[in-house]
Amino acid sequence: MSKYEYIPEPALVKGNHSFSSITKLVTDVNLRPTPKPWYAAMLLANALLGVFLVAVAYLIWEGTGIWGLMNPVGWGWAIINFVWWVGIGHAGTLISAILFLFRQDWRTAINRFAEAMTIFAVICALMFPGIHVGRIWVIYWVFPIPNQMAMWPNFNSPLLWDVFAVSTYFTVSLLFWYVGLVPDFATLRDKAKDKVRQIAYGIASLGWTGSGRNWWNYEKAYMILAGLATPLVLSVHTIVSFDFAVSMIPGWHTTIFPPYFVAGAVFSGFAMVLTLMIICRKIYGMEDIMTDDHMEKMNIIILVTGSMVGFAYMMEFFIAWYSGVEYEKAIFMLRATGPYAWAYWIMMLCNVISPQVFWSKKLRRNVNFTFFISIVVNIGMWFERFVITVTSLANDYLPSSWDYFSPTIWDVLTYVGTFGIFFTFFLAFLRFLPMIAIAEIKAVMPQADPHNYDEETQEYHPHEVEVPKPQAERV
Amino acid sequence: MSTNDQNTELYGILAEFKNPKALIDASEKVVEAGYDKFDTYAPFPIHGIDKAMNLPKSKLGWIVLGHGLLGFSGAIAMMYFMSVIDYPINISGKPFFNAPAWVPITFELTVLLSAFGAVFGMFFLNGLPRLNHPLFNVERFKKATDDGFFVCIEATDSKFQADLVRQLFEEAGATHIEEVYD
Repeated sequence: MSKYEYIPEPALVKGNHSFSSITKLVTDVNLRPTPKPWYAAMLLANALLGVFLVAVAYLIWEGTGIWGLMNPVGWGWAIINFVWWVGIGHAGTLISAILFLFRQDWRTAINRFAEAMTIFAVICALMFPGIHVGRIWVIYWVFPIPNQMAMWPNFNSPLLWDVFAVSTYFTVSLLFWYVGLVPDFATLRDKAKDKVRQIAYGIASLGWTGSGRNWWNYEKAYMILAGLATPLVLSVHTIVSFDFAVSMIPGWHTTIFPPYFVAGAVFSGFAMVLTLMIICRKIYGMEDIMTDDHMEKMNIIILVTGSMVGFAYMMEFFIAWYSGVEYEKAIFMLRATGPYAWAYWIMMLCNVISPQVFWSKKLRRNVNFTFFISIVVNIGMWFERFVITVTSLANDYLPSSWDYFSPTIWDVLTYVGTFGIFFTFFLAFLRFLPMIAIAEIKAVMPQADPHNYDEETQEYHPHEVEVPKPQAERV
Repeated sequence: MSTNDQNTELYGILAEFKNPKALIDASEKVVEAGYDKFDTYAPFPIHGIDKAMNLPKSKLGWIVLGHGLLGFSGAIAMMYFMSVIDYPINISGKPFFNAPAWVPITFELTVLLSAFGAVFGMFFLNGLPRLNHPLFNVERFKKATDDGFFVCIEATDSKFQADLVRQLFEEAGATHIEEVYD
């Protein structure tokens, strides 16, 4: 026995699948009759959506005074929830664009799913800046379109950069998602037996034939979109962090914010993908495609980004001390020991301590445990935004104006209601769209590679991996 | 659906092959025989099919570049017109043409327009959307989005002769050959 052992890359698709069995596995979910539990779940999601609509209607009627906002905390749950939801969205783009550029083929199992999550999370996020403005009927002032004052938006303001960043992000994510869906719509069109589906999926597929000349342009477009989405996703949370970092509030005005926000966004997003994936693969029986190997790889990303976030927390503290600025030092001491210390230590426990368990391979591959940690991480990331937003505002320069912020029931209902938006969309997605990128998953199966076929007989004949024998005298 | 009506015309001859490797080999043979109005059909992009089909480089990059430049210059022009020419406002004593602060929006609009160029440019180059295609008349062609691999030589090709095309496909090892009518 040599001391080195060859461990081959795990197969991306488990089980003995052919191309057609993959098609059948994925499209069956869309083509078979709606299962009853789906209606129950949809009803629950719609009820939450109703809660959101009521909360927003009352907000528009009564004004932002129904929230817990006060002096000096003029930014409360709306910005926290906005940043939280946008952050969750980032995992989808990371999976679809950055992992694509790095040729990480395992992404194909989860990219459709994660991109859908991105789009719905960004919709939830966009609700908050949309509704928080008080006079919602003049929300169009954020766009550079003529208005009755003949004025234009202030292009020097990070809040306006945010309008452009998040709306661009939403549009590009949607386009990217749709481009990926076109060949799969064609598959559904050809598999559907009833007229309604044939026509609906037929229109959505734009008449896609799977032509080699079309695939050639298609792959080019996909590559360019991935190349565009990569700097875009990094820029979006950078600009979101500018909302804080460009101001002069202690605890906000730091240059570490952009990378720290991006790492936190990816961290929470992967946790959300895991939460959804673990439930869905169980319900829809997709364990052959979304395997435990995928879960393990995602847990490693959670471990890496969680450690980056933990490092950023320590660095913030160090720089506050090193800067010698009294207010900076004071705000960080207050965060850890002051009136919101409970929130600070929840954040530390959930974001810094909890992902460290994934150093253990056994726990990385434990489904129930991963599910638990994925929820913990998202709670932790919500508290991170709470700590940043509320502590800095509640305890700023003048101690005489300090006050303690508490949310009202309307803050809570609006936030809980956004889950109604998210799950309404998500359930509709699971029912009507292919939840796995069929064409992409086929392309990474070993049968798809022409090199895995015999030159003469054209029969499937995968290459044997040659494991070099270690040279005994040198080892 | 009947495909042999009197007033239908021949679109081409369609051959099915058993796997991606067979499709690539067949495509090479079609190119060698000198046909250029042909296409391959597969449920996913196959590695190396572009070489086998002798495809030129995609023009999409140039379309995206054009759109990106439009987004870049459009963003700067918009902000310059609004903040310097039309209604200048003094904000914290900063210059009206505040280049560093305009970087984020310039970047976002460049990316946005480039993405439009990439997606709609791709659809344009591929001739999509289209409502119908002669190949949809073939029942078997439904497999092209599932697990079927096809080559179709179109009747408009200058070298097209039905019997020669059939012979070529048979030699290339097609599992099924049929005529497609428009």
